[in-house]
Amino acid sequence: MFSFIQKQDTTHLSIPANPDDGTRRAFLGHSGLLLSGAAVALLAGRDALAKGGQSGASDARILNTALGAELEAIAAYQLGAESGLLQKPALDLALAFQGHHKEHADVLAKTIVKLGGQPVAAKEKYTFPVDTLKSQADVLRFAAMLERGAVSAYLGAVPVFGNRELAKAAASILGDEAMHWAILRNALGETPVPSAFMS
Amino acid sequence: MKKSGAAILVAGAVHALLANAAPAAALAHGDPVRGEAVYARCLACHAFAYDRTGPRHCGLFGRRAGSVQGFAYSDAMRRSNLVWDARTLDRFLANPLKTVPGTAMGYAGIADRQERADLIAYLKQVNDSAACRGQRRPPSAASSPPPPPASP
Ligand code: HEC
Repeated sequence: MFSFIQKQDTTHLSIPANPDDGTRRAFLGHSGLLLSGAAVALLAGRDALAKGGQSGASDARILNTALGAELEAIAAYQLGAESGLLQKPALDLALAFQGHHKEHADVLAKTIVKLGGQPVAAKEKYTFPVDTLKSQADVLRFAAMLERGAVSAYLGAVPVFGNRELAKAAASILGDEAMHWAILRNALGETPVPSAFMS
Repeated sequence: MKKSGAAILVAGAVHALLANAAPAAALAHGDPVRGEAVYARCLACHAFAYDRTGPRHCGLFGRRAGSVQGFAYSDAMRRSNLVWDARTLDRFLANPLKTVPGTAMGYAGIADRQERADLIAYLKQVNDSAACRGQRRPPSAASSPPPPPASP
């Protein structure tokens, strides 16, 4: 269950094969410091968001649905990390990606508040198909399925925001999730980028 | 000259009428195998057997929109008066926010008619399968069904 990862040329992974804890902390901390342009726009004041005009309630609703999915993804990676099925470097990938989802959720919740909405809270319990998660490959495939779905979800949200700044921010998150998907596919020994377009 | 111009106009009008009539007339024939690939776009939010960010898809056909017990729908969906079948799904999935203004499914939709038909064929196939049939409660999974989340 572990061999396919070792067969993988780990130089293709953006994370060292055996990062010590310090390296990983530095990596995660660093990414936390570098707020992207879109995140900065999301954190902008009410004035910038008000440019969306009457669409604020609708935009907040769309963001809240995205937030719900992000919170589930965080829980899914937690399940994966605690499953005992993930070995390094897959475990480090899972934790790094979970960190990104936490950043997405954080920025989405703050933006929903700025739009006058009430961000959904994480559920106490999530249902996951644990019966089908028996190996590292199963867990990575499950994560890849969620990330691929997230790309489509954000792609479907981009055209329906009233405020184009929010569409841009959603596209920024979409890019991040697409990278997760490609890396997970690569770790599974699948073609990392199977097509020129996403839908 | 004049005559053929009129003929073209008439032909154009007939064509426009037919184009308008098309959605109500016949739905494209769907291929569930291709539809499964389209369903990958829904998997950030939906599962067949249990509620996630979106409601479960088992039991969809014949179900009133917004009626899964314990799922926190938008008022818009609950009041949409839709009953899900191939035709209403085709309309909703083409443009969710236009079909149900105010829906929490903030998703632009699937513009391609054939892709929608394939997707609906897949939804139907799984709904008719053992995986969905006789299943009225979420399956035993990681945890018990969550309490209804705070409404968005
Ligand atoms: C971003 C998350 C998200 C994505 C992606 C998404 N949905 Fe939804 N879906 C929802 C939510 C949330 C609802 C509940 C809407 C409401 O209450 O207004 C919903 C409701 C529905 C309903 C109505 C069900 C009922 O019980 O009345 C159908 C049908 C549906 N979705 C199908 C799909 C299909 C098919 C796809 C893929 C093409 C899809 N959805 C993609 C979040 C999503």
